[in-house]
Amino acid sequence: MKELKLMKGNEAIAEAAIRCGMDGYFGYPITPQSEVLEYLMAEEPYKRRTGMAVLQAESEVASINMVYGGAASGKMVMTSSSSPGFSLMQEGMSYIAGAELPCLVVNVQRGGPGLGTIQPSQADYFQATKGGGNGDYKVIVLAPASVQEMADFVQLGIDLAFKYRNPALILSDGVIGQMMEKVELAEQKERLTDEQVAERCPWALTGKKPHRGHNIITSLDLDSSRQEKFNEKLQAKYREIEKNEVRFEEISCEDADYIAIAFGSSARLCQKAIDLCRAEGIKLGLLRPITLYPFPYAPIEKLAQRVKGFLVVELNAGQMIEDVNLAVKGKVQVEHFGRMGGIIPTPDEIVAALKTKILGGK
Amino acid sequence: MSENFDRPEIRKPENLIYSRTKVLTDNIMHYCPGCGHGTAHRILAEVIDEMGIQNDTIGVAPVGCSVLAYNYLDVDMAEAAHGRAPALATAIKRLNPNKFVFTYQGDGDLAAIGTGETIHACNRGEKIVIIFINNGIYGMTGGQMAPTTLEGMKTATCPYGRDISIMGNPLKMTELVSHLKGTYYVTRQSVQTPASVRKTKAALRKAFEYQKDGKGACFVEIVSSCNSGWKMTPVQANKWMEENMFPFYELGDIKVDGELVK
Repeated sequence: MKELKLMKGNEAIAEAAIRCGMDGYFGYPITPQSEVLEYLMAEEPYKRRTGMAVLQAESEVASINMVYGGAASGKMVMTSSSSPGFSLMQEGMSYIAGAELPCLVVNVQRGGPGLGTIQPSQADYFQATKGGGNGDYKVIVLAPASVQEMADFVQLGIDLAFKYRNPALILSDGVIGQMMEKVELAEQKERLTDEQVAERCPWALTGKKPHRGHNIITSLDLDSSRQEKFNEKLQAKYREIEKNEVRFEEISCEDADYIAIAFGSSARLCQKAIDLCRAEGIKLGLLRPITLYPFPYAPIEKLAQRVKGFLVVELNAGQMIEDVNLAVKGKVQVEHFGRMGGIIPTPDEIVAALKTKILGGK
Repeated sequence: MSENFDRPEIRKPENLIYSRTKVLTDNIMHYCPGCGHGTAHRILAEVIDEMGIQNDTIGVAPVGCSVLAYNYLDVDMAEAAHGRAPALATAIKRLNPNKFVFTYQGDGDLAAIGTGETIHACNRGEKIVIIFINNGIYGMTGGQMAPTTLEGMKTATCPYGRDISIMGNPLKMTELVSHLKGTYYVTRQSVQTPASVRKTKAALRKAFEYQKDGKGACFVEIVSSCNSGWKMTPVQANKWMEENMFPFYELGDIKVDGELVK
């Protein structure tokens, strides 16, 4: 039965994981996402609910490699962390992408670089959307802007991960992770049986079967020509993802002269900025990328043909703006407004930035 | 010799006293002649075969000379990042408790870059078998110093011999994990003589039997030679190993049934 609850974003992730029939969660505490592991440990799904395994690992390096192991055996597995911990996971992410395994990873971003701050940030955009670890690979990136989406994207993320045998990432931030909102929780799904897993994942390590040779999960091929072929196969998969999985939301774009482009918590701030602008007669709209990879280049390119300018709002020094520029191709003005180090701007600051950077510059 | 195998009067089932186990594939191994990996693979495969668990076994071999072990062992296998095999094995076993799960790791992998994963998997008492090949050197990358390189031993990154005052001490990982509550069976063996091969096979069998009974982490070190890395002939390497490695890395059981015996 569906259920309405008031929850933190991080708790919603954890509850959604249990409800979608996740087989295992492996994590390590780090602010501002520790509630995911805390909630799961308090729920004890391994004893009291679905039998889902939950383990506090010795490090983020171990967490992501537990995810690698679980995914290699065809199970639905996930981990979560925040920026410095997510950096530690990049080796594992690269191996998982290279071994073509499905899994879900959550990064509730905080400010950096280094230990940075525990306050919200969106400064891991490049790391999330451009690969992150070594080698040519991509991770499907979902950017939730509400507690509801934190819950919903667990199911969506793991579904996409299995559809493409590719890691999926929920790129959240400290605002969405920590804030409380009402959330409609999905009905409890049964976990798959071992037989169902073996049928769904004929490639997985489920024990050698009479009808097949032994399965091997690896990212290694010492033969360069075969390794190049494999890379071409990966790239073809990414083109397929780019064709099928672009998700975005447009708010008040129909009559807009100016468009704010923002994801996650920044998009929430921009919604208020739209109201403030429109009260003054400035027609501002918002395009919110929901998938950061694949990025919604086409809809932005389309808007660029009729609007007067774009303001890219991010909690960083200007990262997504590079993708926006690739879409706009210099047709109209594109400016960036961001705060860093864990500072969250007010909607007024966004309106002021629009006025100085774009309206004033006319 | 070989023409005898083609003589049908000899090639009869009742004359068969030994054959290659079906758990080894037909692939030609890349290991150097004289290396212990081939023998260790064979007895591991024989144990899996004799226990009848080929279809219920999942192995993990991380970076190192044995990274391609999946080409030789005919069981479902994963290649892991350097040092991370015990983390993979932890999840595989917890999510598939009815499967037999083992890792197969070298000394650089298990005792240097993967020290954290090794200690914590052992300490949690993960119900897995960890097979640890210790030859005191990084073979795959061309013979550099390992955490287990002996004092004075020459490698590519300690060309004048391991100087303890600069490079630190060789690490006895097996003794270390034997002191963790989570380990149930810890032993150190070798594979350079027929007798030692038999002993090691028995140790592996014991480790897998313990896993069958749901006991804690089982840790089997196999002290092995790396004649190409050590720049010796296989015969010289075995002699050097017996004279130099064994006095420091003493053979025998260290922990049995969860109790220290040494």
